Amino acid sequence: MYAQMVKSTGAGVKSREEMSAEEAAFQDRIDADIKIEPKDWMPEGYRKTLIRQIGQHAHSEIVGQLPEGNWITRAPTLERKAILLAKVQDEAGHGLYLYAAAETLGVSRDELTEQLLDGRMKYSSIFNYPTLNWADIGAVGWLVDGAAIMNQVPLQRTSYGPYSRAMIRICKEESFHQRQGYDIMMKMAQGTEAQKKMAQDALNRLWYPSLMMFGPSDKDSVHSAQSMAWKIKMDSNDELRQKFVDQTVPQAEYLGLTVPDENLKWNEEKGGYDFSEPDWDEFFDVLQGNGPCNVDRMEKRNAAWDNGAWVREGLMAHAEKRAVLKTAAE
Amino acid sequence: MSKEWPLWEIFIRGQHGLSHRHVGSLHAPDAEMAIKNARDVYTRRNEGQSIWVVEAAHITASSPSDKGPMYEPSESKVYRHPTFFDIPEDVGAM
Repeated sequence: MYAQMVKSTGAGVKSREEMSAEEAAFQDRIDADIKIEPKDWMPEGYRKTLIRQIGQHAHSEIVGQLPEGNWITRAPTLERKAILLAKVQDEAGHGLYLYAAAETLGVSRDELTEQLLDGRMKYSSIFNYPTLNWADIGAVGWLVDGAAIMNQVPLQRTSYGPYSRAMIRICKEESFHQRQGYDIMMKMAQGTEAQKKMAQDALNRLWYPSLMMFGPSDKDSVHSAQSMAWKIKMDSNDELRQKFVDQTVPQAEYLGLTVPDENLKWNEEKGGYDFSEPDWDEFFDVLQGNGPCNVDRMEKRNAAWDNGAWVREGLMAHAEKRAVLKTAAE
Repeated sequence: MSKEWPLWEIFIRGQHGLSHRHVGSLHAPDAEMAIKNARDVYTRRNEGQSIWVVEAAHITASSPSDKGPMYEPSESKVYRHPTFFDIPEDVGAM
């Protein structure tokens, strides 16, 4: 999941009796699966929670370009380089779709960017882990994009129209990302001993951070109930995590790789795997800014923003000048 | 100086001769750049043959609160649909 720990209003879900007429009519529409559109009336908490969630999701797409961009110049073949470039370009597009969806709620893209840059807004914890060898690029596509798809497919049905439409576009493109990742993993896992070792090493390091993407366990997830009532969160964290593990373990087996979990075992009764929880202390620590790459990621984003200022301003000045000349000529 | 690029709404005509359809929005300093950006963002997988860009500020939209008076009158006018009329089979295709 690209949006973790999104704070909702904190007031808890209102009962029907506590709702105003407007709030009740709003909830009726949501319950009837009628989409909410930008100009429709909405509770302030719905608007604010959505801005946080969509904004965090958008930031994740943008920051998520960094660990993969890290390997563009060192991709092993020209074809792999072209594919990785296309994937990283897609991520920029995903960020753009999501910022545009957030903007319909009355916040500007620049405001959201500034909130990311000064640390008021977060991005997914997963992008604070490094990509150390080429197999990591395979594992990111396979596991990280795989986990993202798990979360994004149900979000296509979310109650907010612009968010739902952005998710539909994103899901169409995301499947390419996961398959290109698995394709890299197959090549590595079926390659030389050294390549196989790299693939296993990538899985070892990225397995638990991928499980963390779904956010904390349901029992510790304080903001879920309201978001689920508003249909801006469709499944619980634990449900999605279970689904992800059930889908991924056979894929790892096909590769001949070992999931780094001694407790991993098929549970016939529940029809899914039993598995170890990730280290939640580490998760909260990474969110606090203490992951291996937090500082580097934020430095890079800040540098990109600062160093791009003259381009943004220059193009705007040019456009204004041309508009004046055009008016004068008419 | 800090001034945000204006927002543009993007319309694309797909492969099969249909009308331009709204696909999303983006920021750009002017119309020319909006078209270039739209090409990069919205036609990376053969989605289009033609692009229109319109500055979002120039779009006037109907208000959701007018939904009733605007659209309900047509609900009762079933005779506007061809299926309202029974034509005997003997008449043939019509």
